[in-house]
Amino acid sequence: MEYTLLILLLPFLSFLLLGITGMRMKPAVAGAIGTIVLGAVTLLSYLTAFLYFGGGRNEEGVYPALTPYNMEWLPFNGNLHIDLGILLDPISILMLVVISTVSLMVHIYSFGYMKGEKGFQRYYAFLSLFTFSMLGLVVATNIFQMYIFWELVGVSSYLLIGFYYTKPEAIAASKKAFIVTRFADLGFLIGILIYGYYTGTFSFQPGMEVIAGADGPTAAMTLLPASALRVLPVALGLMFVGGAGKSAMFPLHIWLPDAMEGPTPVSALIHAATMVVAGVYLVARMFPLFIGYAPEVLHWVAYIGAFTALYAAIVACVQSDIKRVLAFSTISQIGFMMVGLGVCTSMLPHEGGLGYMAGMFHLFTHAMFKALLFLGAGAIIHAVHSNEMSTMGGLRKYMPITHITFLIACLAISGIPPFSGFFSKDEILTAAFEFSPFIGWTMSFIAALTAFYMFRLYYCIFWGKENKELHTAHTPHEAPLSMTFPLMFLAAVTCVAGFIPFGEFVSSNGEAYVIHLNTQVAVTSVCIAIVSILIATCMYMRRKQTFADKLAHTFKTLHTAAYHRFYMDEIWLFVTKKIIFRCISTPIAWWDRHVIDQFFNFIAWGTDATADEIRNMQNGSIQSYCIWFLSGAVILTIMLLLI
Amino acid sequence: MNILSLFVVIPLVMLLALWLSRNIRQIRGVMVTGSSMILALAIYLTIDFIALRQAGATAEMLYTDSYTWYAPLHIAYSIGVDGISVAMLLLSSIIVFTGTFASWKLKPLTKEYFLWFTLLSLGVFGFFICVDLFTMFMFYEIALIPMYLLIGVWGSGRKEYAAMKLTLMLMGGSAFLLMGILGIYFGNGATTMNVLEIAANNHIPHNWQMVFFPLTFLGFGVLGALFPFHTWSPDGHASAPTAVSMLHAGVLMKLGGYGCFRIAMYLMPEAARELGWIFLILTTISVVYGAFSAVVQTDLKYINAYSSVSHCGLVLFALLMMTQTSCTGAVLQMLSHGLMTALFFALIGMIYGRTHTRDVRQMGGLMKIMPFLSVGYVIAGLANLGLPGLSGFVAEMTVFVGSFQNNDPFHRICTIIACTSIVITAVYILRVVGKILYGKVQNPEHLKLTDATWDERFAVICLIVAVAGLGLAPFWISNLIHESVAPILGNL
Repeated sequence: MEYTLLILLLPFLSFLLLGITGMRMKPAVAGAIGTIVLGAVTLLSYLTAFLYFGGGRNEEGVYPALTPYNMEWLPFNGNLHIDLGILLDPISILMLVVISTVSLMVHIYSFGYMKGEKGFQRYYAFLSLFTFSMLGLVVATNIFQMYIFWELVGVSSYLLIGFYYTKPEAIAASKKAFIVTRFADLGFLIGILIYGYYTGTFSFQPGMEVIAGADGPTAAMTLLPASALRVLPVALGLMFVGGAGKSAMFPLHIWLPDAMEGPTPVSALIHAATMVVAGVYLVARMFPLFIGYAPEVLHWVAYIGAFTALYAAIVACVQSDIKRVLAFSTISQIGFMMVGLGVCTSMLPHEGGLGYMAGMFHLFTHAMFKALLFLGAGAIIHAVHSNEMSTMGGLRKYMPITHITFLIACLAISGIPPFSGFFSKDEILTAAFEFSPFIGWTMSFIAALTAFYMFRLYYCIFWGKENKELHTAHTPHEAPLSMTFPLMFLAAVTCVAGFIPFGEFVSSNGEAYVIHLNTQVAVTSVCIAIVSILIATCMYMRRKQTFADKLAHTFKTLHTAAYHRFYMDEIWLFVTKKIIFRCISTPIAWWDRHVIDQFFNFIAWGTDATADEIRNMQNGSIQSYCIWFLSGAVILTIMLLLI
Repeated sequence: MNILSLFVVIPLVMLLALWLSRNIRQIRGVMVTGSSMILALAIYLTIDFIALRQAGATAEMLYTDSYTWYAPLHIAYSIGVDGISVAMLLLSSIIVFTGTFASWKLKPLTKEYFLWFTLLSLGVFGFFICVDLFTMFMFYEIALIPMYLLIGVWGSGRKEYAAMKLTLMLMGGSAFLLMGILGIYFGNGATTMNVLEIAANNHIPHNWQMVFFPLTFLGFGVLGALFPFHTWSPDGHASAPTAVSMLHAGVLMKLGGYGCFRIAMYLMPEAARELGWIFLILTTISVVYGAFSAVVQTDLKYINAYSSVSHCGLVLFALLMMTQTSCTGAVLQMLSHGLMTALFFALIGMIYGRTHTRDVRQMGGLMKIMPFLSVGYVIAGLANLGLPGLSGFVAEMTVFVGSFQNNDPFHRICTIIACTSIVITAVYILRVVGKILYGKVQNPEHLKLTDATWDERFAVICLIVAVAGLGLAPFWISNLIHESVAPILGNL
């Protein structure tokens, strides 16, 4: 399967081509190059998936991990070296499929959405760069390669958020996104350093090469030195910090809502479907280590995920900008995935390892319907030229395709069968209930909130009061085919994805797992979702939202606090502006200029002043020479006499 | 003639030719021919060196040669290179070559400027090819003195003050260094000035080492911008003309790190082991302190100067970590810092030449006005903050992985503190990029400005290619350095 190298190389070459010569091309040509390349990558990814899963399981009943390509890129010493390569296993293939599909849809969609924008070529160049980095991240053969592409992904996200570089908000948002995730990456880096030092390798399976053929993972554990066993939880915890940064876990989530300043297709690709799930992917990739050496850290992942999901869901209920609602909903859904992974207690899918499959399944379905939601939001924004919900309302008449596809996505995310979100969310809830009823009920409550805020969004956009004066100025219209095609495609995927026998392909120990619905959980969650949707219908479907206003008025403090996202951004501003700028950097810079520098200036001045004094001894006047001579002679005589 | 001597002979011939040149065309001709010959020579040397190593040449230094020129003190013109010096020669030749293009339109006194410029590069090349303490010191001084005139005459702003400050502080460092060198010479029994022989003897008394190691390390450390002796750097860089900033930050500061490693640590290993921790604290401070200072600066060159303090601090930091990987990382960091800082200073010079200001508050939206320079600046910035695929990442990661090999809390804490610099670097780089390149055009006058001319483009592209080359394919140079670090560390 050496051709898989092309999956990485093609987007990179396309980036170089568009980046260097793009400005001399016609925009449409540049876009076409980017899209065709991506189309080829998508085909190759599907082919890989087909061949890989078609290749069948090995005698142990799992799909074997393949490394069709691996090179030593940077040697350090002994066993430590950074390799660049391609690792094919069920989850990396899953990610290949997700990324290339969503990316292709975004490429096509952008033809319509970004039409006429200045820097169209640059936009496609950055999209190629992003796709390259993200694909490189998921096929990484070792943790350091993952870190390399992790950083590249961060930079492409920075470049794309700041695409409208004359807009101050976009610049601030891109800067914030990069710095917050960089801060988290510091944890990741230190985690990698610890991991590499104590296990003696950067590969994902320390000690595994040695025990191939021995009896099971327990044998692997004994091969690591005791010191490694002691620090591995720390290392894994620090790596999770990095993952939490990219995946916007509380309190590192603050960059994601602001990242919505980027073009909407970018939000769909990077900040909904692919990059933000990199943290989930990281945890999944390190899953055997988490289970084997640091189960308690894994449970912390679940707690953090659950808290984040709750926080983001509450905030999403009161936001007024559609992209922000979707951003918080993304944060909340990633929380779900983290919970899925975190509640696992063993590698066996039937005994506590269900969550792994559930988390990855949700990652897959979420990528599709969240990309659909964002692209739909893009079509709406394109039509009304605003992000604010108050400017919308009643759009269902004008944009039927967008309306239907958006509704499908809303039903999917709310967990209504037969849409894909129902199946994956149900598995996560089942796993959560198995782990602890408390987490299970919390997640069910969050699922209810999800259904509520999504339908609040839906009704506010497509139903409710029409903004007449705005709409007469220019009538909203359905988007062109280049934009509606991706919507329809993703909607179709959302409709059928739930029936994919996902457990066949991905499960915690690699063996086939037959998904079976837990009726009790499924019925409860569907009932909860329907009730929430009904509440949202009552509150927001009508033209006047009296009850909602009254509720907001009654819980004014809570409403304001949630609207301001519980002041997390103010805390961020406080830390950067007040602490880093005012309390650390300014004093240090002052100290440097006024103390250290002045000290050396003082030495220079001292030399100068002394020289000035001494100079008087040689001023050329004979009289003063006589005085110096005589007094010197006298002093010497006296000294001689005394001695 | 030994191939290495060409590195000194070519600049000498260039000096002569410059002296004879009559007009700007001839001057440029001489400079371009000479500097491209040196560049070609350096590339050839690198390839040949690797080939020799692969053919099984295991000697510590290759191309060695020696001519005595003052027997009573055992002073000889002894030359020889290992992987580290080859890397440094390659770096210097790239910077000299691009520096020539970066000062293409320099006025006035073009001839004099290039004379001093060439003399400076002669000193630098001489320093890297020599293995004789005295000759090294001599070349070191040759490299320092032209700096005074280059800044004092062709500089900007408070140039006299800056030139004086820089020269005095570096001369102060040289004084320490001279004491250190004498200490090494006599401590070793006054039999040889050759670094390799002294290292082979390795019998400088312990108490001598304890006195002369700090002196030597400080002497070189001043040039390597060791906290708190770094204050010449912001003023000096801010006032220097473009190519001089490039050469100074790109190459001259590397003399410091190179000297610390090759002379101070190699020859006085016991003291390096025992006193290393003091300097390690200072360098850790340098790394973080430089980065934090850069965050609030408003002058582009000051930002870069403090950033250099931080990055050069990392060089010394990595050397003092004394593992093979970290020392390899130190040399990689020297290379990487040299290239990307040269790129930065070149771009700043070009921007300053147009806007006539370096104050970040008075610029904005340059991306629209001069896209080429701005994209270059973004790339330089990304290299600086350690983007994979560019040189900074390779160097920093090698340093951090190497430093982490030391298994004691003190080294660990220092490493983790140094790691935080990657976040602060991102803060100051993105702040500047956001302020000057993005956003609205601050000054309507700037709208009339033009983008880079061909000579500027050429210099920038060369440097970007070098930065990306090192970042994309680090293995060959890393191997080259890795094996050369071993004998020095073996002594430690």
